[in-house]
Amino acid sequence: MTAKLSLRGVRKRFGEVEVCKGIDLDVDEGEMVCLIGASGSGKSTLLRCMNLLEPVDDGVILLDGQDISEPGLDPQPVRQKIGIVFQSYNLFPHMSAAENVMLAPRRVYGQSREELRPKLAEMFGRFGLGDRMDHYPDQLSGGQQQRVAIIRALAMAPQIMLFDEITSALDPELVGEVLDVLRDLRGQGMTMVLATHEMGFARELADKVCFLDAGRILEQGPPDALFNAPREDRTKAFLARVL
Amino acid sequence: MSTQDRPAASPAAGPTRREVYEAGVRRRANRIALASTIAVVLALVILIPLAPGWEDVKRAFFNGRVFAATFPGLVEAFVLNVMIFAWSAPLIALTGLGIALCRDTRSPALFPLRLFGVAYTDIFRGLPVVLVIYIIGFGVPGLGLPRPWNSPYIWGTLALVLVYSAYVAEVLRSGIDSIHQSQRAAAASLGLSERDTMRYVVLPQAIRNVVPANMNLFIALQKDVALLSFIGPVEIFRQAGVYKSLYANFTPYVGAALIFLALTIPATRYADYLMNKQNRERS
Ligand SMILES: Nc1ncnc2c1ncn2[C@@H]1O[C@H](COP(=O)(O)OP(=O)(O)OP(=O)(O)O)[C@@H](O)[C@H]1O
Ligand SMILES: [Mg+2]
Repeated sequence: MTAKLSLRGVRKRFGEVEVCKGIDLDVDEGEMVCLIGASGSGKSTLLRCMNLLEPVDDGVILLDGQDISEPGLDPQPVRQKIGIVFQSYNLFPHMSAAENVMLAPRRVYGQSREELRPKLAEMFGRFGLGDRMDHYPDQLSGGQQQRVAIIRALAMAPQIMLFDEITSALDPELVGEVLDVLRDLRGQGMTMVLATHEMGFARELADKVCFLDAGRILEQGPPDALFNAPREDRTKAFLARVL
Repeated sequence: MSTQDRPAASPAAGPTRREVYEAGVRRRANRIALASTIAVVLALVILIPLAPGWEDVKRAFFNGRVFAATFPGLVEAFVLNVMIFAWSAPLIALTGLGIALCRDTRSPALFPLRLFGVAYTDIFRGLPVVLVIYIIGFGVPGLGLPRPWNSPYIWGTLALVLVYSAYVAEVLRSGIDSIHQSQRAAAASLGLSERDTMRYVVLPQAIRNVVPANMNLFIALQKDVALLSFIGPVEIFRQAGVYKSLYANFTPYVGAALIFLALTIPATRYADYLMNKQNRERS
């Protein structure tokens, strides 16, 4: 079976700095992969490359075996299949929560508000936001905004979801409610890649954990193996610092 | 003040020490401001009439009889200013938006548009308004166009539209630039096209951010409508000139000034209010 998403020798540089130095990674259907690593190790950049927000310089990214990283390819259809949620939510401040969610399905899939509304109400309800649909982002807490951002990405019915440290801007008591959502998605079999500092969460739910160090995946494996018996010294040092 | 209106955080009745102190400071500041204002006004009222030419100036500029006779006519003429303003303002907003979008295009096929946008804003921001009004207002009707296309109203207004839309375009472009990259990234990650991203995500926020700056431009436009008087339309400035010759007195100009101020001062205050509000929200 081919992996849902495969990276082969992916390289990305910003000016003189090479941020991804040849990344190989396979994400299978329904799998949850966690990227861990120090700040600046390239986690965000790697995620942004996966849904083509950043063009890669070299190497290939395969979605269902098809090369999506070919220079000049229209990135739009790919992005519809790969959703991303950012650390800073990035909701559109001039639209209500519901409008934020409906914009892309309306414009890209041509669905109408009336058509979307019931599905939306169901999603907002499931995420504990049933009475917050018509609030504006600045009327919502960080945790609520982040859940709206997740709904917004899910509304495009993506096949893969990328999460970039989505809890690190949240107060500790709000982290739980967002992680619950991820747990829920995992239960439904969504294919996910997370950059995260929540080691406990990675350990509990990830199928695979990748330790990124200076633009390379230094070590990867099931959470038990990686957390309990890391092979590399740098992984050990990193885990000693964060655990 | 009853104790109920006070925040629950201070259970003790009566103002806190800090509030007492601040109230004292405020009262003192108000007293000083009042006293100094009265002193300045008194000095002006007493000193100005002592100037040797004051009687002449008063007769020439502040003549009550002339004022009463000409003011209604001036107000009537001002309606024309308002009308020219009213139909050039939306044209300016639309043209400005178009030019701003031209300058923002990225695709190489549209490079000529971009070049046009740059040239347009450079040229029309680089010329005095009155010069553009002369060139277009006298130049185009000089081509011998049939009525109504030889009207100075049309070409004068066009001149205003050309100049002001260049400024509006620049303001809008700065508004577009001010929208954080992460908003575009969020839109792109949802699969929205660049066009939809601009239309639904960037522009609505950009336009809202530049409302105060644009209001100041439109206030300037309201004043510059008077420049059309040079090419024909009898708006308030020209009407005041007619009255001046008729009565051999400058009071009509003062009347016209008052009419302008009655409109521009509230508008300027409002624009400042919006600007301050926005600055507060941002910080
Ligand atoms: N657009 C950019 N231009 C230039 N350099 C960039 C850009 N984006 C990221 N970088 C650099 O790439 C490196 C990796 O950044 P990245 O954001 O991927 O790290 P990260 O692992 O996500 O870190 P963190 O845990 O702090 O989010 C950093 O050194 C950063 O300065
Ligand atoms: Mg990051």
